[in-house]
Amino acid sequence: MTIGSKHRFFGSSVKLAVLGLGIMLALPVFISGCQTMEAMTDIGTTIGQSVGIITESQAESISKSSKAVARSFEDFTPEQEYYIGRTVGAVIINKYKPYDDERVNAYINLLGQTLAKASDMPETFNGYHFLILDSDEINALAAPGGLIFITRGMLRCCRDEDAVAAVLAHEIGHVQFKHGLQAIKKSRITSALVILGAEGAKTFGGEDLANLTATFEDSISDITSSLVNNGYSRKFERQADIAAVTILKRVGYDPNGLVDMLKVMEKKLKPGGPDFAKTHPSPESRIADIQKDIGKYAKVHEPKVRQKRFLAALGNN
Amino acid sequence: MIKLKISLIIFLLICFNGFPVFAAGQKMMSIQVKKGELRSTPSFLGRVVARVSYGDRVYVREEKGPWVRVGLPGNSNEGWIHTSVLTSKKIILNPGAANVQTSASSDELALAGKGFSKQVENEFKGKNPNINYAWIDRMEKFVVSEKQTQQFLKEGELSPEGGF
Repeated sequence: MTIGSKHRFFGSSVKLAVLGLGIMLALPVFISGCQTMEAMTDIGTTIGQSVGIITESQAESISKSSKAVARSFEDFTPEQEYYIGRTVGAVIINKYKPYDDERVNAYINLLGQTLAKASDMPETFNGYHFLILDSDEINALAAPGGLIFITRGMLRCCRDEDAVAAVLAHEIGHVQFKHGLQAIKKSRITSALVILGAEGAKTFGGEDLANLTATFEDSISDITSSLVNNGYSRKFERQADIAAVTILKRVGYDPNGLVDMLKVMEKKLKPGGPDFAKTHPSPESRIADIQKDIGKYAKVHEPKVRQKRFLAALGNN
Repeated sequence: MIKLKISLIIFLLICFNGFPVFAAGQKMMSIQVKKGELRSTPSFLGRVVARVSYGDRVYVREEKGPWVRVGLPGNSNEGWIHTSVLTSKKIILNPGAANVQTSASSDELALAGKGFSKQVENEFKGKNPNINYAWIDRMEKFVVSEKQTQQFLKEGELSPEGGF
């Protein structure tokens, strides 16, 4: 509220009284809303007590402390999302070998971090960072918080910078919508709440830390199995494609780059393969959906300088 | 006139009791990311005028799309910051057991370092020595400066539109 509007705000006492009454009336609604959201915590508390994890007095503090931690994926703070993402990333790197080429990774980061700034979630706890994976699989993966991975196999589906931009923008879309966090089962969040609630009643002990770490491990596994094995829902992939088109347009790339990349991918994907063939809707159906947003395909006009730097970075990939 | 004064007193009592921030006309928010920048214009291409870090409190002055003009308590610095950096919650940086217990109205509080945290990551590392974080740490060092971004855009003949 600006100072000017504050003056106007204090101009009428009658309006003030009405507003004051309004706030009083609105309060119970607000509080009852909170109570509904806390129902899940109550369930967690009951479970904890019934199996003897926590005492009654500890249980009492749970409803207080849990509010400050998390009730659903939306309540994970960016800091918690960051720590989840780091471990998801480490698990991905454990499966794939990083492509240890400083120059090419620098190019991918220049491109990716520029694109991320144009997304609806340009800032995360510790920013977006990109890494190429030395694999022939056609794959790209995003960990919560903005750690994004792209395989050399996927880069080979890209014939210009606009196409690489499209792949990275799609992954940024997954981060923006917190699709990774949404893969975490609700029961994990409830478990974390019970442990953290108990923490309020005593010093954070070894047992609590071990339990919380076990919950953390389960949450990581929920995410990585979505990323690597099951894939996200068609709805999430569509959301990421829509975000990609928006990001590309904002930066000045041609969203037809996404169509170009998908056309090459369609030819290269092997049915039953372990990569995008398994985890994503078919390129053909994605192209049909994307064209609803961007209209009929038009050839991408790639400025010479842009193509030159793309080839210099990725020409020998 | 007396009635009006009573109304005013009732209103002020309500405000100052439960909504001190609102009543002061100075909405405050917190920085929810590790590091952030205040810029001269509502754009990532704007000049950096001040830096903020996790848990810092800022005054909200003006909103423009996803950008918020904020002021810093105790000095005259003002600048634009993206809304994704801000939370209405107050962040307790080093919460002790007392913070956890007394945070009854904690819809307005967030506890740093709680839940899935550095401590939990370290415990996980201990249990899973085969999982190597060296590349994650290295990845986090891939940082692109504003100057590099601007040069990258210019050299690639890219003209960002609104929202950048």
